[in-house]
Amino acid sequence: MTATAESGQEVGRARLRKEDARLITGRTRYTDNLSLNGMLHMALVRSPVAHATITNIDTSAARSMSGVLAVWTGADLADEQGSLPCAWVVTPDMKAPPAPSLATDTVHFAGEAVAVVIARTAYEAADAAAVVDVDYSELPVVLDMPAAVADGADLVHPDLGTNISAVWAFDSGEAGTGGDVDEAIAGAEVLIERTYRQQRLVPAFMEPRSVLVDPTGEQYTMWSATQIPHILRLMLALTLGVPEHKVRVIAPDVGGGFGGKLQVTPEEVVTFLAARRLGKPVKYTESRTESVQSAHHGRDQIQKLTLAARRDGTVTGLKVELLADMGAYLRLITPGVPLLGAFMYNSIYKFPAYKFVCTNVFTNKTPTDAYRGAGRPEATFAIERLMDELACELDMDPMAVRERNWIKHEEFPFSTVCGLVYDSGNYEAATSKAMEMFGYDALRAEQARRRAENDPVQLGIGISTFTEMCGIAPSRVLGALNFGSGGWEHAAIRMLPSGKVEVVTGSSAHGQGHETAWSQIVADQLGVPFEDVEVLHGDTQSAPKGMDTYGSRSLTVGAIAVVKATEKVIGKAKTVAAHLLECAESDLDFANGSFTVRGTETSTTIQDVALAVFMSHNLPDGFEPSLDSDATYDPENFSFPHGTHLCATEVDTETGRVRIRSYVCVDDIGKVVNPLIADGQVHGGLAQGIAQALFEEAVHDEAGTLTTATFADYLLPSAVDLPTFVTDRTETPATTNPLGVKGVGEAGTIASTPAVVNAIVDAVRHLGVSDIEMPCSPQRVWRAIQAASNGGAE
Amino acid sequence: MRITVHVDGTTYTDDVEPRLLLVHYLREKLGKVGTVIGCDTSNCGACTVHLNGHSVKSCSVLAVQADGAEVTTIEGIARDGKLHPVQQAFHDNHALQCGFCTPGMIMQSIDLLADHPDPDESEIRHGIEGNLCRCTGYQNIVRAVRQAADQMRPGAGPDAERIDARTQQPVGGE
Repeated sequence: MTATAESGQEVGRARLRKEDARLITGRTRYTDNLSLNGMLHMALVRSPVAHATITNIDTSAARSMSGVLAVWTGADLADEQGSLPCAWVVTPDMKAPPAPSLATDTVHFAGEAVAVVIARTAYEAADAAAVVDVDYSELPVVLDMPAAVADGADLVHPDLGTNISAVWAFDSGEAGTGGDVDEAIAGAEVLIERTYRQQRLVPAFMEPRSVLVDPTGEQYTMWSATQIPHILRLMLALTLGVPEHKVRVIAPDVGGGFGGKLQVTPEEVVTFLAARRLGKPVKYTESRTESVQSAHHGRDQIQKLTLAARRDGTVTGLKVELLADMGAYLRLITPGVPLLGAFMYNSIYKFPAYKFVCTNVFTNKTPTDAYRGAGRPEATFAIERLMDELACELDMDPMAVRERNWIKHEEFPFSTVCGLVYDSGNYEAATSKAMEMFGYDALRAEQARRRAENDPVQLGIGISTFTEMCGIAPSRVLGALNFGSGGWEHAAIRMLPSGKVEVVTGSSAHGQGHETAWSQIVADQLGVPFEDVEVLHGDTQSAPKGMDTYGSRSLTVGAIAVVKATEKVIGKAKTVAAHLLECAESDLDFANGSFTVRGTETSTTIQDVALAVFMSHNLPDGFEPSLDSDATYDPENFSFPHGTHLCATEVDTETGRVRIRSYVCVDDIGKVVNPLIADGQVHGGLAQGIAQALFEEAVHDEAGTLTTATFADYLLPSAVDLPTFVTDRTETPATTNPLGVKGVGEAGTIASTPAVVNAIVDAVRHLGVSDIEMPCSPQRVWRAIQAASNGGAE
Repeated sequence: MRITVHVDGTTYTDDVEPRLLLVHYLREKLGKVGTVIGCDTSNCGACTVHLNGHSVKSCSVLAVQADGAEVTTIEGIARDGKLHPVQQAFHDNHALQCGFCTPGMIMQSIDLLADHPDPDESEIRHGIEGNLCRCTGYQNIVRAVRQAADQMRPGAGPDAERIDARTQQPVGGE
């Protein structure tokens, strides 16, 4: 028998993190911290306008400045730079414009790079970039999605003949997974029709993107602040025609990503080309303003929703018509982000009929792509807002409406109207725990009192019950969605002669704590001390295979590959142990790192076996002298974490100011490897979801200029803007993987946004307010109240 | 311009451009890359260091303004291989994830505890308001600062880290 995670002592323990030691002392290897001899610095010249023809670029002044080695325009690099990759062709006829790293003749969004300067120092590069003289002939800008899809609209890419990139649809009637939604709507006793706007957000990882390319040596080495070193390596090869084996990519310490570093960027390509042309190492580090303007944005959808129900609160169908803003170009998975939400609008509920139609639209804005949750927060927001609206329409308690529709715990595994199979869950348990911790009934009583007293500060209660699909995940499902990649993950275990262990993982952390969590898992599996395990990741040389980190997939896919690799190590070690102990393998038990002859005290440790294999003096005939093993794991299914989030807000009806009074969430993420890390993930996720509800929005003016291009204008929440969260868990293990884990990276972000907005609307619904557009700033809340009191006209 | 700056207990004399930012001086000239840069508008606080014992955002100070001053960075607060109590508290409370804001957050927290040796939660939240974190939701940072307050003698803030350049001993504090 191999040791199982359930029998271990490390998994489940709140281990302090290994990786902290370097991070709290400044001993860090963020890309911009790295320097090489002879290294040059790169600066980019970016377009200040959103849509224009480049009529002339004069680089002469820049080229003649001190320390400037090269100034190139898009035209100069046109033959080398290729087109930035889009790996998700969502429909066979999807329209995708060429995506140059440096614009060649036309710019399509403000912030797009048009020229590059290479100089001795970063200051010299910036000075020279400032005097590159670019003439633009401005073109009409397309900013508004409904206008963009109307007849006769100005076009972002005239060559495509349309601003619509693709229309993707799912219909449960056609798919055979449910009924016909139009019949459900025609026969509905109650119809709830709403339009919600998912504002454009900036991922805003704290470490600006940085890339360093060393062209010396046999391989090009790229260090990049990326979530996806392996995908990046392949995409560089495919984009630039450089052989894949001639590229090594390293993601050293990476300061956050949240999907924002799940990208193959123009900056990476141009830095690579510059280093290749000059034969010298070149580094580029973006400013925050460049980052906010040009790194991909998230969300930006308009959701037209029709919910059909009976008067008892039973939902009979849901239709979703989506406009999704691609921005100016299709980046790595831009077109697929809405699809990641398509299967989640039914959430935890038993809808009999469902239809989803998504129209992907080009605008003259920064491209969008994955941002924490990617599609699933939008879906969860829509359905959880609708459930509150249905409850209001029927004068039911909003939790009662949800309970009437959700899948009961005894009904798992459950095939949803989208064709997914939810393996496990217990929505009743999570909800009842959350309701008790929250003090739901007492808060409802206080709400009634404040309403009766006409208190200027009104209390609202917001509910969000949610699930999500994590793992990104079974390769054949990704294939069915035409995603340009598999969903497996790779791991390897190396047993060192001294008994220490190296774990190689294809999933590459940027704050998630893989070094600690993987060490805990391996310590249990192999029965070695936690301290004896070293986790290697984020370098295509030491960790040659991987699908990288996003979609809450590291634990649910990556760690399972680690477990599978340890099982192979143990299997090999057992053969050697039986030989050394002169017994049959079937007579050996393995526990706590020791092979013991059953019924005796004769044993040997896995470390001793590792040394014996290293020496190779006395091994079974034909035994290959190595315990090292690797495994590639492709999951059978997604995982489905769920939870119940409850938010109480106080809304000052005279100023519109919102204060979160309490926030309680009970998440079910299956088995927990490290509760400290899991709680931290939930906290951070909540902060980002709450920030969408209250603070953040990327705003463009009518010329297409991003007016929130710095942290002075784009409101990331500070410590004073957030409450202390009350978090807890229920534990319903996933049945689809041996650890029973489900993933936790995105849960907080997915669940919290509708909880907060539901709470705000609930606080002022008696004043006639039924919706407030996000972010619910004091101004928007105040205006909504004023409009309602003026009879509905804002 | 020629400047002399005492950084983490070592004296440096350099000719610098008048426009050189202190954070670039620390990173590019002295190799003190533990102090990082997160924005260009002095909003994020990732570059926070101590200048003569008080926290500053080193992206908003010119290197020449630090002439003759004592600068302490995240690399200079551990003593004899022992972490500063605030560093230890950040580790103990899982107050960091990606770690990018952490150097600035720790330096600001030390400054906060010098002004408020026994802060309540609201004082902690206001004290670190100028430092942004995108990973933690601040909850464990607040806990860490509170734990550090419990473990530090009142007044052991910036003084404790000031080192006499000759004796290599702390100037004051604990």
